Amino acid sequence: MSVLETKNLGINFGGLQALEDVHFSINEGEIIGLIGPNGAGKTTVFNLLTDVYMPTKGVIELDGVSIVGKKTYQITQNGIARTFQNIRLFKDVSVIDNVKIAMNSEMKYSVLSGIFRLPAYRKEEKEISKRAHELLKVFGIDENAHDYAKNLPYGQQRKLEIARALATNPRVLLLDEPAAGMNPTETRELMETIMLIRDKFKIAILLIEHDMNFVMGICEHIVVLDYGRIIAEGSAEDVRHDPKVIAAYLGGE
Amino acid sequence: MDFFTQIINGLGIGSIYALIALGYSMVYGIVQLINFAHGDIIMVGAYVVFVVLVTLNLPLWLAVLGSIIFCGLAGVVIERVAYHRLLVHDAPRISLLITAIGVSIFLQNLFQLLFGSDAKSMPRMFTFSPLQLGALQITSSTLLNIAVSVLMMAGLQLLVNKSKIGKAMRATSEDAGAAKLMGINTNTTIAFTFGIGSALAAVGAVLYCNTYPQIKPIMGGMLGLKAFVAAVLGGIGSIPGAMLGGYILGVAESLTNAYISSNLTDAVVFGILIVVLLVKPTGLLGKNVREKV
Amino acid sequence: MAGMTKKKIISYVTNLAIVLILYFLFYFLIRQGVINSYYSDLINMVCINVILAVSLNMVTGLLGQLVLGHAGFMLVGAYSAALFTLHINLPLVVAFPIGLIIGGLVAALFGMIIGIPALRLRGDYLAIITLGFGEIIRVIANNLTITNGAKGLYGVQSLNSRQNLTPMFTYVFFIAVFVIFINFTFGTSRHGRAVIAIREDEIAAEASGIHTTYYKLLAFVLAAFIAGVAGGLFAHQIGIIDPSKFDFNRSVEILVMVVLGGMGSITGSIIAAVVLTILPEALRDFADYRMLLYSIVLICVMLFRPTGLLGRSEFSLTKFVDKIKSGGAKKKQNVGKEG
Repeated sequence: MSVLETKNLGINFGGLQALEDVHFSINEGEIIGLIGPNGAGKTTVFNLLTDVYMPTKGVIELDGVSIVGKKTYQITQNGIARTFQNIRLFKDVSVIDNVKIAMNSEMKYSVLSGIFRLPAYRKEEKEISKRAHELLKVFGIDENAHDYAKNLPYGQQRKLEIARALATNPRVLLLDEPAAGMNPTETRELMETIMLIRDKFKIAILLIEHDMNFVMGICEHIVVLDYGRIIAEGSAEDVRHDPKVIAAYLGGE
Repeated sequence: MDFFTQIINGLGIGSIYALIALGYSMVYGIVQLINFAHGDIIMVGAYVVFVVLVTLNLPLWLAVLGSIIFCGLAGVVIERVAYHRLLVHDAPRISLLITAIGVSIFLQNLFQLLFGSDAKSMPRMFTFSPLQLGALQITSSTLLNIAVSVLMMAGLQLLVNKSKIGKAMRATSEDAGAAKLMGINTNTTIAFTFGIGSALAAVGAVLYCNTYPQIKPIMGGMLGLKAFVAAVLGGIGSIPGAMLGGYILGVAESLTNAYISSNLTDAVVFGILIVVLLVKPTGLLGKNVREKV
Repeated sequence: MAGMTKKKIISYVTNLAIVLILYFLFYFLIRQGVINSYYSDLINMVCINVILAVSLNMVTGLLGQLVLGHAGFMLVGAYSAALFTLHINLPLVVAFPIGLIIGGLVAALFGMIIGIPALRLRGDYLAIITLGFGEIIRVIANNLTITNGAKGLYGVQSLNSRQNLTPMFTYVFFIAVFVIFINFTFGTSRHGRAVIAIREDEIAAEASGIHTTYYKLLAFVLAAFIAGVAGGLFAHQIGIIDPSKFDFNRSVEILVMVVLGGMGSITGSIIAAVVLTILPEALRDFADYRMLLYSIVLICVMLFRPTGLLGRSEFSLTKFVDKIKSGGAKKKQNVGKEG
């Protein structure tokens, strides 16, 4: 059974059919790319998957269970984590706290425990501190653990956002343009890191990207959207040579 | 027939709420700010009329005109001094709210110091015979209120839809960034919006003083709040919505006053606000503005 | 205590020492009559305002929501506590602390009633609703027989006696210290982090698995509880309460303390509360201008230093000492380079 599956997914914004008949399924350990020209509806797919919008039709299932109508935080707790196109970090919060915040749902100590620093507080804080540092190390930003997130250079901010998403222990990771604004070296580093976390954490990854080398380099399967519909899908090779895809990006003819 | 009289009276007072609500709506539409100080502009307008008419004993038209111009300018000055910097630097919501509260408190206390906190009486400004429609009697002030408000709203619709500055206002409301790129001076447009809203509030103040000829420095508080509820009810950001909300609120108040209890009118107003915010926060005619994720 | 660095232990001990020194110093001075009732009343009001400011800081600074009716929670707590101690047949020593807790709980209940619907709304609307709450509760108190309407309640007794003014001071001081303490620990616990996350970016917080409605309510209700306790203390401190003492101006005064001190900074709220309790007393002659000045302060802080005096950071004695030390060390380095 696939980890995440959508069937006939669609949304209508006051007359505009932004997405229609979107269907895909992701299995554990797969890296799938979602590409398409600007405005095709890629981020809208993410927003539907995470309850930012309610789909007007269609099915979204996580491990066979429908998540349509569940609240965003519930969906995250159930196992879908995401990053944002325009980076949404907790700016005036330290790097490590950004990660610790995302670990909140696994912690159990009560408000009273936290206020009076009871043993449960100490134990759990120690554990997540350790886990948080490890996660930061995977992305090479552990030295900046106590800097404010807003002071990180751009590339590291993007990495921090991914680290924070991973901190929620997801089954599926949705990455929205993770390589945006990165230079070739950083991009290559990111590709390696993503494959590493796929192997290490055994998660499925759905990513939106415009950098074709990035997409072709790590995605096993690619879905192409245009005007809210899937126009092609397949391996990198299939998609690269598909005339419909070329037309969509170049504008026809 | 008494019922219809109450309705008509409600429309009369509702016209005043509508005029003031227009100011709230326009400002919210363009900079997404609830201008807490707007209600106190009414108070300023009323006191200007008082000073010109009573203290200086100048003719009525001068008092009205003076009030409109003074308030219009005051609106612009307040925007420049208190809000402009925060708007330009994209300050967080809460900063703008705090500043707005600050301006409101400042105005109330300033006028309290200048004029004393006791109520001042205004003379009747516009008197003409009431209209008689069968058994229904419409007072002169009600007639005036409704007529002026309809006129003002028509004028405003013309301004917003047909003039160049109106176009600029609409563009800046939609997308300030794009408007700037199109060569629109958003700073001037925003200042102008504040000015027009405040000028309309002055008109509302004149009508209010004509209907209830007593003014005090704190009068802007409840009056502004009611107008705000009217704006929210109609759909904040929508000009027709402000009018609709104003009339509905006026009628509701009038009916409560007549058939339930005059002590409860304030509670009814708050009640309407709470119901609207819980059921349909965008109001009757408002648009749903989503944050882009 | 395992797991605490040497630095942390020093910091804890220093803070504890300062608290105890302050307490015993004032205790002694009050007990001996060196500080008379006027000044001890002032000190008690300082502590009560510190409690109020720190509690408002939890919602406005930590959660980042503007609340304009905080005095309403104070009113509810004050009346609940006062009615309890006035009518219950228990010695005051027992009734007073119970009354305070009752005051806090009733205020917390109101916090929940208001918060559940109101916290779903945008910041602007939340501000208006809380303003409305403050006004409505005042009007209700003005019109109920149980609260004795506009005349209010009088004869609320404190534990002080003519010879010994220290009991009230002890209560307000240690409750203030306790409230400060739990604000600090809450802020650095996982719940505090969640609340801060909501302030920073509510959408990202939801996406990180945080149940935002729950945490908003948590902060709101906690703040209401503390304000209710402060109200109870206030009622027993001044002995006579009527609704006009908990009006919009009062809410604004507390807001000014939080804004001036720095929204999000506990120590900032403390300092501002101290200053803004003592200053108006010292400048009694200018009482008419007080609200005018406050409004100017609000506007100016927002325009020129929106983060307030201390911004989001806290004043820490150990950090301050460190800074002075490292400043000296740096100077030595520079001299070495030149020489």
